[in-house]
Amino acid sequence: MAGERFMVQGDAAAGTICVAASAWAAGLGRLRTTCEVDGRDVSLAAADATKMPHAAGAHRDAERHHHHLHAAGSRHPQGHHLLTVEQLSVSFSLYDPAAPFFRAGRIEVPVLHDLTLSVHAGEVLAVVGASGSGKTVLANALMGFYEPNARVTGRIWFDGELCDAAHLAELRGAGIALVPQSVANLDPLMRVGEQIVGPCGHGPAGRALRAERRERMAELFDAYGFDREVGRLYPHELSGGMARRVLLICALMGRPRLIIADEPTPGLDLDLAVRALDDLRAFADEGGGVLLITHDIELALRVADRVAVFHEGTVVEETATANFAAPELLEHPFTRALWHALPDHDFTACCDRDAGATARGVHGEGDR
Amino acid sequence: MACEAGASRPSVVRGRGLKVSVTALSRAWRRVPAPLRVLVRLTVLLLAVSLVTFALVSASPIDPVQANVGQTAYLTMSPERRAALAERWGAGEGVLERWAAWLVDALHGDLGYSLRFNAPVVDVVAERLAGSALLLATAWLLSGALGLALGVLAGARRGSRLDRIVCGWCYLLSATPTFWLAMLALMVFSVWLGWFPVGFASAIGGTGAVSFAERLHHAALPALVLSLTGVANVALHTREKTLEVMEADYVRFARSRGESERSIVVRHGLRNLVLPALTLQCAQVSEIIGGSVLVEQVFSYPGLGQAAVTAGLGGDAPLLVGIALATALLVFAGNLAANLLYGVVDPRLRAGEVHHG
Repeated sequence: MAGERFMVQGDAAAGTICVAASAWAAGLGRLRTTCEVDGRDVSLAAADATKMPHAAGAHRDAERHHHHLHAAGSRHPQGHHLLTVEQLSVSFSLYDPAAPFFRAGRIEVPVLHDLTLSVHAGEVLAVVGASGSGKTVLANALMGFYEPNARVTGRIWFDGELCDAAHLAELRGAGIALVPQSVANLDPLMRVGEQIVGPCGHGPAGRALRAERRERMAELFDAYGFDREVGRLYPHELSGGMARRVLLICALMGRPRLIIADEPTPGLDLDLAVRALDDLRAFADEGGGVLLITHDIELALRVADRVAVFHEGTVVEETATANFAAPELLEHPFTRALWHALPDHDFTACCDRDAGATARGVHGEGDR
Repeated sequence: MACEAGASRPSVVRGRGLKVSVTALSRAWRRVPAPLRVLVRLTVLLLAVSLVTFALVSASPIDPVQANVGQTAYLTMSPERRAALAERWGAGEGVLERWAAWLVDALHGDLGYSLRFNAPVVDVVAERLAGSALLLATAWLLSGALGLALGVLAGARRGSRLDRIVCGWCYLLSATPTFWLAMLALMVFSVWLGWFPVGFASAIGGTGAVSFAERLHHAALPALVLSLTGVANVALHTREKTLEVMEADYVRFARSRGESERSIVVRHGLRNLVLPALTLQCAQVSEIIGGSVLVEQVFSYPGLGQAAVTAGLGGDAPLLVGIALATALLVFAGNLAANLLYGVVDPRLRAGEVHHG
């Protein structure tokens, strides 16, 4: 069963996700597979057999394993990564836009292919790539949002457990939380407090849950220096910085382990953007994991422990932020081109012209 | 060329002057208190509706004298008498003169005398409106409620069998002429099944007071037919809006926090659908009134719509204008209600109002 792949497909009519791979459909459910075994790993036997095995011992700094280089702060508390994505591919079935209208057949348009990345507990991993290159598709795949015409293959482990689409859906808000881009992600007609608390149901159980969640909201309001009255406001009455913190508070309500921040900075001025990232940094420092999806490599380098460079639907290099100190420490030509495209770096020295142009595209891409 | 350029210059200056005065005018208009603005708009609307109705009646080929004295009487009438009648009814006068004369009377509270019903227009319109009220209100509420429910269900479960059935049914209804549907319903439910009476607002030949149950029994079938045609419109529009809402960023975010689909539809979907639904429901007033003209005719239901047909075919200008004014008032009231309700529902508009005031 080693290396078993699962495949999930949306069902258009029911709007639900069904797992199509035969092993999964056969009722094996939470199939735990031993992924590729780290040859150097001596403590494998000590690890929980039902969990994804991992080197439980400390890695040396800048040690390479699982396709990535470690940063100083990368930790494996229970002997595994907080999130591991392996060979994730997402494609969409579309009518061929190039074909004549009435004779257009279905074609598969790949958006992500063979994407592998890991987030450790206590670290910020920045996924850096150009706008419109499929980074939001990655976020959606991790949240278990599959469009009816999407075809998703690969393996996703969260906290050592292999997840299928249903499991990922269960994790929403509880284990994995999303911090979206802008105030447009708040219902314009609902008071902020009501949105943060969320639906609680009816009856005594519902009232108890509501009281508990109100308590949690008050706690978070205090932590972020919000007046209690903020809960009575509507989204259009929030300033940019407040709106962003409200979104973060929404995400933190369920005490998640992992935060996926999908472009949290566009539209904010530098000061606010830095503060936004500082909040995420603080969450990571308390032991959570942050997957920061962004096109802004400078901001990413400021806050992230490691950087996954996203290019043409896959992660070409996953490396420690420290390695961006010099191009010699970077492995992939595209990453090097990206380094050269940074301000204060001489990008004319770039050898690969093509990659250089694309890298400047990544870098120069402003707000959407 | 040089000459042309020179000639065009003064007109540019004049144009700018005009523009300035227009902006000044619109600024002054915005300073007028809101209730007064509504009143001015209503007055202009009613004036325009009455003028257009007069123009349309005068453009109609129906000779009011011939239409109102009856075929036989008209044939046996001497030309002098015809001329005298035409003179008395003012048939030869121009549109504007007649309209001005009507306006002067109307401002004194006299909307004229209906030729066909031989009664003051105000009485006829009031009586007919009362007759139609039950029908119109039932159809309006029913089509709104049913359309909203079907639209939300179909939109929330896009692509499901329910969605396809609702859409198919709505397309079918939209493609069906109202009068044909009315005749079909009359045939099936009144003639074959005998569940409902074939027409009128009460039993023919009945004496004494008409009970509410009887009135309801007579109004049921026309109201159902009238609301059915409205349902398609409301349901398809609501479905479209629901799809829009369900794809909004805030719905994705709510999902990402683990909210169930059902909770999302109830908490966010319905809340954000209230505004478009209100607009639709108020726009539906005019649709229902328009449809009632046909449905009342088929069911011989003595309402405003049927009176409009009678007035139109009989060249009864005062009654037609009276009916046009009454329905214009209804539609205006509907739209005004929508505008006022927006402010109640949408906090952004509420804030805007405070800002202006």
